[in-house]
Amino acid sequence: MLAYIIRRLLYAIPILIGVNLLTFTLFFVVNSPDDMAASQLGAKYVTPEAIENWKRKNGYDKPLFVNDDASGIASLTDTIFYTKSLKLFAFDFGRSESGRDITSDVSTRMWPSLAVALPSFAIGIWVNICVALMVVMFRGTALDRWAVFVFVSLMSISYLFYIIGGQYLVAKQWMLVPISGFDPDFKPWKFLLLPVLVSVISGVGSGARWYRTLFLEEAGQDYVRTARAKGASEISILFKHILPNAMIPILTGIVVLIPSLFMGSLLIESFFGIPGLGSYMLDAIRSQDFAIVRTMVFIGSILYIIGLILTDISYTWADPRVRLN
Amino acid sequence: MAELGFKPVLLWSDALVFMLVIVLTIFFYRLRNDPQTRERWSQVFSSRLGMVAFTVIMTYVGVALLDSMHFRKALPSPAGVDTDEVFYDNKVTSVLDVMLDGMGDRFERTYSAPFALKSFEKSNIKDDQGNMVRDFDWLMHAGQHLADPSDKWLDVAQLSAIALAWGLAASALVVGLQWLLLRGSVYPWYASWAVQAGIICFMVWLVYVSHYYHVLGTDQGGADVAFQSIKGIRTGVLLGTLSTLVMLPIAVTLGVSAGYFKGWVDDVVQYLYTTLSSIPGILLIAASVLLFQVYIDLNPDYFSIGMEKADARFIALCFILGLTSWSSLCRLIRAETLKISQLGYVQAAHAFGVSHSRILGRHILPNVVHIILITFVLDFSALVLAEAVLSYIGVGIDPSMGSWGNMINGARSELSREPAVWWTLTGAFFFMFLLVLAANLFSDLVRDAFDPRVSGGRHS
Amino acid sequence: MTVNTDIRLQVRDLKVELVETGEQILKGISLELRAGKIFALVGESGSGKSVTSLAAMRLLPDALQITSGAVVVDGQDLFDLPEAKMQDVRGRRVAMIFQNAMSALNPVQTVGQQVAETLRLHTPLRGDKLRQRVVQLFTEVGIPDPDSRFSFFPHQLSGGQQQRIMIAMALACEPDILIADEPTTALDVTVQEQVLKLIRDLTRSRQLAVLLITHDMGVVRNTADEVAVMYRGEIIEREGVDEFFHNPKQEYSRRLIDALPDLTKFQSMAVEEPLLQLQDVKVYFPIRKGVLQRVVDYTRAVDGVSLSIGRGETYALVGESGSGKSTLGRAILNLEQISGGQIHFKGDAIGALARREMLPYRKLIQVIFQNPFSSMNPRLTVGEIIAEGMVSLGMGLSEQEQQDRIGQLLDRVQLRREYSQRYPHEFSGGQLQRIAIARALAVEPELIICDEPTSALDVSIRAEVLGLLQELQREFGVSYLFITHDLSIVPSLAHHVGVMQAGKLVEQGSAEQILTAPRHPYTQALLNSVPRLDPA
Repeated sequence: MLAYIIRRLLYAIPILIGVNLLTFTLFFVVNSPDDMAASQLGAKYVTPEAIENWKRKNGYDKPLFVNDDASGIASLTDTIFYTKSLKLFAFDFGRSESGRDITSDVSTRMWPSLAVALPSFAIGIWVNICVALMVVMFRGTALDRWAVFVFVSLMSISYLFYIIGGQYLVAKQWMLVPISGFDPDFKPWKFLLLPVLVSVISGVGSGARWYRTLFLEEAGQDYVRTARAKGASEISILFKHILPNAMIPILTGIVVLIPSLFMGSLLIESFFGIPGLGSYMLDAIRSQDFAIVRTMVFIGSILYIIGLILTDISYTWADPRVRLN
Repeated sequence: MAELGFKPVLLWSDALVFMLVIVLTIFFYRLRNDPQTRERWSQVFSSRLGMVAFTVIMTYVGVALLDSMHFRKALPSPAGVDTDEVFYDNKVTSVLDVMLDGMGDRFERTYSAPFALKSFEKSNIKDDQGNMVRDFDWLMHAGQHLADPSDKWLDVAQLSAIALAWGLAASALVVGLQWLLLRGSVYPWYASWAVQAGIICFMVWLVYVSHYYHVLGTDQGGADVAFQSIKGIRTGVLLGTLSTLVMLPIAVTLGVSAGYFKGWVDDVVQYLYTTLSSIPGILLIAASVLLFQVYIDLNPDYFSIGMEKADARFIALCFILGLTSWSSLCRLIRAETLKISQLGYVQAAHAFGVSHSRILGRHILPNVVHIILITFVLDFSALVLAEAVLSYIGVGIDPSMGSWGNMINGARSELSREPAVWWTLTGAFFFMFLLVLAANLFSDLVRDAFDPRVSGGRHS
Repeated sequence: MTVNTDIRLQVRDLKVELVETGEQILKGISLELRAGKIFALVGESGSGKSVTSLAAMRLLPDALQITSGAVVVDGQDLFDLPEAKMQDVRGRRVAMIFQNAMSALNPVQTVGQQVAETLRLHTPLRGDKLRQRVVQLFTEVGIPDPDSRFSFFPHQLSGGQQQRIMIAMALACEPDILIADEPTTALDVTVQEQVLKLIRDLTRSRQLAVLLITHDMGVVRNTADEVAVMYRGEIIEREGVDEFFHNPKQEYSRRLIDALPDLTKFQSMAVEEPLLQLQDVKVYFPIRKGVLQRVVDYTRAVDGVSLSIGRGETYALVGESGSGKSTLGRAILNLEQISGGQIHFKGDAIGALARREMLPYRKLIQVIFQNPFSSMNPRLTVGEIIAEGMVSLGMGLSEQEQQDRIGQLLDRVQLRREYSQRYPHEFSGGQLQRIAIARALAVEPELIICDEPTSALDVSIRAEVLGLLQELQREFGVSYLFITHDLSIVPSLAHHVGVMQAGKLVEQGSAEQILTAPRHPYTQALLNSVPRLDPA
């Protein structure tokens, strides 16, 4: 087990290097720092001096990989690749194009993100499982068929409409909660209620439909027939046999997402004005702040890889048949 | 040349989409020979729901294709200049625009509600005495023919009745022709005909009534919302198909080689897709689009007309979506190939000394086609939905190109106005929802028919 | 209605049909189960024997429905009971054992819990008493170290032990009636015999009324008191077991019985001209462990096998699942790399040839696989499937010659020539295996490796396919390496027999010698568990 985890952690290193190289290529090779400067300063009508100034100010005036002017180790460290890409590995995220300290931004902004994402995630899964279980109880009936149709319809509605519709109905028409905003000290639940509600409802269609498929797949297994032959009732079969078995794919499917909860949700946070990492990313994209985007790509990859490792570990925990080696 | 009166314009996306149609037609024509595939398709089309969903999808595709035939109209020769040279309009028109009969040309000043006669906002106008007052101005393209504004609803009813008669006549013609050809068929074509008739009646009504009113009102810029919603169809359909088209060859090649050759090839492919899928998709897409936008901004000379610039960005978006989303299909195909490689017929082919390329082409590829198919339909709806989100983030379709995402993005704060402006969102919602729902329902049926895990559950 | 206190369960005129098409699956089945007796329901796949048992318990899948009939237990028709009452009957009055215990047990629950569940449903036992009772049941069905096995998961037990758990679960509430649906099908022969003995003993000691469903006449012969033969949803013959085996009335029953081995007739020895020789062949698979995935050990799938097959001869390689016999076959075909030893074919070493160098030998060594359904690409026509080898191995035939040859081959395996235009899914298992034979013959091989070619087929079809293989051997002088777990087909087929256990060839010799005077204890055990039609 321990050997396995160590091996997985070692395997994460080439992946992170790959991510790093890919982002580096995208941001510095496909588009040169000159292009970036030009677009930041307003496309065509910029002087070469202005570009040089901007590059110097933001630390893009160095060579990409090898600095021939510097000597010794500095010829490798005094480069864009080292200062902008490799330093990410040391969690030194540097400063954004607008001069803010990214590391402190990230550490303050991840908590509001988590405050929205975690309840949405947990309540969402709970609701989805309950709805799916209820539908599975009526499998083979017209109710089941209509439920699937409703799930598919819910899936077919754009996420944006859930948010816009939720804000319109709950906040504007019924005036139950504030439309947007976030105040960690003053009744934060009031601000969290609507975002969480919208996240949960928007996920019911695809989530419940997916879990229903898993439950039905398990319901067709031989051991369910064995349980019936024992004289167990349908309800007890559903909860004692089908649910524990179906929890294996459900659990392992969601564990990979847990670390990424820190990243928050782009849309929810921006619509509801929550100062988390999601809206941070969105602002960065809109203002073309590539330093932040690079950092968030790196953090996202790390969280995903942690998620993968947790998934494997959760397998051994949920499924007695699985042994890692 | 001059007699043509127009000059065809072939945008890159037009070329690609027509190529796609040809490829798909050949692909499905060849599949016909295979009885198992035919049986499965027949299962899909035996259900009324399948027929209805398919008809709706085909209607959208048809509209998208009509909207992909572009040309520039010839301008009347400038007076007094005696020359054979014909000048063409800088604006690119599509066959669809012509069929909608000027629906897109009837602009107002700003917002107006559906079937409204007056503008939604007050503006400075001169009253009868020539004084400047702030009031709701009359619209330029709504109810001009009315003698008395209070007759409006009666007039709408009359117009609708006439349009409906025309629509029914057209439907009767279309359905009647099909009935003559297909009446012996075992499939529930009547479901499709009902939908066709409904769509034809609706379109005829829309085009007809739009001559006199703005059926879905106008947006902030005064553009007809119904027209914009229809123009969004091409963007949605093309994005959904072209992105998948870019993604397929990568996913299939890598997935099949990983599963078949195993060893280091498998290691490399697995490394590639783990790396790619570990990067948050939205950031990767956003970054790529922004970088391409920088390229467009810095090289404006490459694009002669505005539409070409928008088109370049659109194709870039398709490529970016395709290049960043192959990992999940690749993973599925790799797993399936691993499974098939163990089966008797591949082993037997090895024992017959069949070459690798022949085994891949004859035994592996045809047996993973069902996965490709399911993914194609499933991803289509996901991409249509993604377009809206990307446009909201600001890395979607060029704002000059009509899309539902841009409509939603432009209208996202309109509901909070007092009174609320609901029609733009409604238009985008309705057209988008119908397409995505049809695609989702269809993909469900396709999966039921083609996925052995689902259809294999029959009892013997 | 005959009132007989012995009768525990009576099925009367049971009819079942497919909901969708209305097709009759059971056309009026009647039978009685008596205390202390085993009633065997035999038939081939699709005959409706499993449907009978599921219908009796009202456990049919949704696609099937009971249209008429009655199942009477204690004067009560089970079909009249509400579902809640029926749940009382299941497990307490009537218990079931299914085939393939691995999938019939819940994989994420301990076996102790699963047996305890039956008790908890029908008895007031709880806590320690419950656990004691489960352990007691485990002891009764012969689970070693029953106390610690309580908290084992199904996958941690062997196939035989899993089936014993199933039996313990069924017997937990002391039912009067036991329905056993192919209880030993997935088990190796030696284990199969032990499980059957357990069922026999329990039937006598507990005075159970048993319905034994099986396709295996050997099992019937050794276990049952009464036999009913099912064919296409009907019972066509019903008899006491001795009378049935000595004097079957139906032609179909006779065919089923004839499939049992006759250990008195053997193949005469063929000429000894070696075609294929294996010397100390080894196939090892590495086991990797630790952070760096170093190879710490090997799975010795084939561990030093030497044998020789003559021209025109059949060599039967017998062993249970996991003994390495199939791996050896794949190694000869060069589909698996050998880790040691050498393979000679007609004197040439072919053990370590590269893909390209192997090509000339591919023509000469062919293969027929176990599962006829997966051994043909569903997307090619039968003609294309047969032609594949001819094309890839460069037989140099014109299109017309190729079509002619496909026609001849189909003729030869007793299929119609028009079949070449059809697709595999239109054929039955037996027909597909004939096509597989035609495919192998197409390139005129000298050796065909038959990897369990009949184990997926029903017994009556099995005999036909084996007969065809023998005919072809006489006609073309082709040799067979016949890989099988089933000793019963060996006498009529093989000249030589080799017995494999855990990667090693423990005994080999002429078929007569091995089957009449086995020396190795493992061979003796295998042979003992083969059901046969002895005069006694």
